[in-house]
Amino acid sequence: MENLVAYSLVAVYSAMGVYTIAFILFTLDLAKRSAAPSAADAAEAARTEAAPVLNASSASAAGAVRAAAGGAATATAVRPTSSRASGLDTPGGAAPVGATRFQRAAVALAALGWLLHLGAVLTRGIAAERVPWANMFEFGLTATAMGMGTFLGALLWKDVRYLGAYISGFTLLSLGIVTTNFYVDVVPTPPPLQSSWLVIHVLVATLATGFFAIGAGLSIMQLIRSRAAASKAEGLRFVHTLPGASALESLAYRVNVVGFVFWTFTLIAGAIWAERAWGRYWGWDTKEVWTFIIWTLFAGYIHARATRGWRGDRSAWLAIIGFSAVIFNYTVVNLFFKGLHSYSGL
Amino acid sequence: MEPLRPSDHIDAEALAAERAESSAERERSGEASAASAIAQPALGVVGWLRFAWRQLTSMRTALVLLLLLAVAAIPGSLVPQRSADPNGVVQYRRNNPELYDVLNTLQVFDTYTSVWFSAIYLLLFVSLIGCIIPRTVHHARALRAAPPKTPARLNRLVGYRATDAPADVETALEAARAELRRRRYRVERYGDSLSAERGYLRETGNLVFHMALVGVLATIGFAGGFGYNGQKVIVEGQTFVNQLGTYDSFNPGRFFDDVRLDPYGLRLDEFDPEYGIDRTTGQAQPLDFTATLTEVTGGVERERQLKVNEPLSIAGTTVYLLGNGFAPVITIRNGDGQVVFDEPVPYLPQDANLTSLGIIKVPQGLDEQLGMIGFLYPSAIQLDSGALSSVFPEPDQPVLTFNAFTGDLGLDDGVSRNAYALDTDGLTPIAGRDAPAEPLVLGLGQTVSLPDGLGTVEFRDLRRFVSIEIHHDPTQTGVLIFSLLVLGGLIVSLFVPRRRLWVVATSTADGVRLEYAGLARGDDPGLEQAVADLADAHSQRLAPTLET
Ligand code: HEM
Repeated sequence: MENLVAYSLVAVYSAMGVYTIAFILFTLDLAKRSAAPSAADAAEAARTEAAPVLNASSASAAGAVRAAAGGAATATAVRPTSSRASGLDTPGGAAPVGATRFQRAAVALAALGWLLHLGAVLTRGIAAERVPWANMFEFGLTATAMGMGTFLGALLWKDVRYLGAYISGFTLLSLGIVTTNFYVDVVPTPPPLQSSWLVIHVLVATLATGFFAIGAGLSIMQLIRSRAAASKAEGLRFVHTLPGASALESLAYRVNVVGFVFWTFTLIAGAIWAERAWGRYWGWDTKEVWTFIIWTLFAGYIHARATRGWRGDRSAWLAIIGFSAVIFNYTVVNLFFKGLHSYSGL
Repeated sequence: MEPLRPSDHIDAEALAAERAESSAERERSGEASAASAIAQPALGVVGWLRFAWRQLTSMRTALVLLLLLAVAAIPGSLVPQRSADPNGVVQYRRNNPELYDVLNTLQVFDTYTSVWFSAIYLLLFVSLIGCIIPRTVHHARALRAAPPKTPARLNRLVGYRATDAPADVETALEAARAELRRRRYRVERYGDSLSAERGYLRETGNLVFHMALVGVLATIGFAGGFGYNGQKVIVEGQTFVNQLGTYDSFNPGRFFDDVRLDPYGLRLDEFDPEYGIDRTTGQAQPLDFTATLTEVTGGVERERQLKVNEPLSIAGTTVYLLGNGFAPVITIRNGDGQVVFDEPVPYLPQDANLTSLGIIKVPQGLDEQLGMIGFLYPSAIQLDSGALSSVFPEPDQPVLTFNAFTGDLGLDDGVSRNAYALDTDGLTPIAGRDAPAEPLVLGLGQTVSLPDGLGTVEFRDLRRFVSIEIHHDPTQTGVLIFSLLVLGGLIVSLFVPRRRLWVVATSTADGVRLEYAGLARGDDPGLEQAVADLADAHSQRLAPTLET
């Protein structure tokens, strides 16, 4: 057992090492892109930029895409050019235009780091003989693994490698903080935590956190992208190799709504658990308050996406604020606020 | 029919654009078009009311109210709340008297029942109800309506594609209809075109979601009034009877009357904690708490076990294990050796090793009223400083210490006093740090004398107590059901795509020319693929069977 705990830590440090290299490569890739944005990138960017929404939910918008794509589809058996056919939607992570060797190496390293990371989570769980998310250290360890896993999983579905620097940087930073500041040894689970709701509630909360993290990354990219489009100035040139702001926005939306569904579940499962453990399903405990605030912020975000004048930058800001609240809830609320959820283990 | 949306919904523009584009005359539908949203409200009271109502039920208002609600919830997490942490509020008042007054006036200590917080969520729910009623009516109609007419020009819609097929118009449309039906589209023919729609469930889910939110609030508002909860400390061997006067504290709901208390008794037979030791820190870790109780209902006795995460259901109430501690049995005799006090005294745990604080008040039987305050150390050791400390939460070496006071305990003046506090102002210390005599120290089974021949104190026995909470919450089931509807509605409304597909057939010299296109209502990344899939499947159906 003792050994397993030690192995787990070794795995965490190794994962951090590998992630560090992945982070550097992802960053180099962005730099490299800035050096040479290809003509194809520019064209692609312009095309996606023209479509207000990826799925083109309005008829006129769809018309605009078609017009911008220059594909007045009148010929027989024409497959219209569309964002789907372009590199950014290429499934299976096939190299899109602009992918560098750095990027491919970075993804491989991120995957390797993740396996080590996963190993750390599993050994920790086996050593503790329970789920590895009963204190802040373990929660941080598992949640970052979920975030990284979600990112790597997303790569199978969509090429979002431009998020690599953000995700690997964030994971690295979080792992650094939890191992140095929040580390606690394996201790028996205190009675209030002995519940199968711990498994469900916290697991889904970490999943939601992973999705919100990626959503926030996409929203940050979206803001950078729309700034760049608005300013016309050269600025950071890598920006122009990103998908268009509205493509990023709609991707962020799809990721965030999955996070929102998980978060809603977390809220409900937490209430059921609280009812079992504390005798009431809702009592405005600080942690409950912040879970509610986050839920409300993302409900606001979803509405913003559907409200005229709020789509675009404003809704992106809401997603970022929502994710910041998630981080705040995990760090400041856990450590400094008085409440029933004092399970940080510190 | 389009799903009805507030006039500032993002789709409103698209709808207007689509209408302008479409040369086909649409049937009149009762929905709020973008055009009517732009129209100025008619003057006059009715006009203004309608204007105000439309503002209140707009997306923008809902959004702003949601964000306001999020912000308004923050203060309640920063300062202690009366409902959750009344002692914290008292302490806050002591530490920051000036700030306390300001915050108290602003109802910050009761954030979630404050006027401003209530105003925000009530407005939000009025807005919500104003939003869902017309949408529900509209959706009920849309569920029975045929898909709308085919737009004149498909080539400006999503996923547009055209192919030629060796078939005639009728066969092609029949095949398309079959294909669409298979994909569970509702299909309507207009001339030589098919208009198909699916995903009505999306709007249903959205409405269920929003209605269930109202359901949660309504359940809490109405059913919540009939509930109650109360706390009680039970010492091993004692019996609690579910009656109004027997609770240590009791909070009834608004509509509560005490006829609703179901009489039953609970006796604590044994409380059994289990501890482990953290090898690195040497600290005791609670592993498990089990209270063995005897439930007495209608003269029938039944043994029950109560654990932290496993509440008991008894006669419509739920019983929770909240806390536990030690209750030393203390016997006090007066100078003549007569017993004036003899009972278990529940001590409040102060730390992980159950160093506990206790108060004893003896108003009668002694020459003077006696008040004592002191600690219990379950596993006592003496530190170098001479002070005592407990090293483990089990009673391996239990020691009691007391500071004793005499004087008027103020128990007769009609003001109810907290049993867990002793106001020593105006009392005379007789034993303890600032007193002429040393504090009293006694181990289990020992007896010590009080100063001045006042009497003796005996530590006769050590028992355990549990504090339980008894809850009758008639909202639980309703809130759970509505919450699950919230979740279900949410999933359906976010992930079921609502989309329209059109197939237009035109006769050509050597067959038929087929055009396909789609339109999404709401976020629908798979639409283009859906159009392509339909076209491919359709072509396959029409392809002459050429097996050789
Ligand atoms: C308690 C307050 C509210 C909350 C928590 C809330 C939450 C949500 C959520 C989570 C969604 C996305 C899921 C779905 O489509 O069903 C949504 C969608 C929607 N809500 Fe609300 N809502 C609230 C109040 C309102 C109000 C007052 C209105 C009317 C003004 C409204 C109109 C809508 C509309 C039209 C949609 C669909 C958005 C779209 O087309 O993408 N909601 N709401």
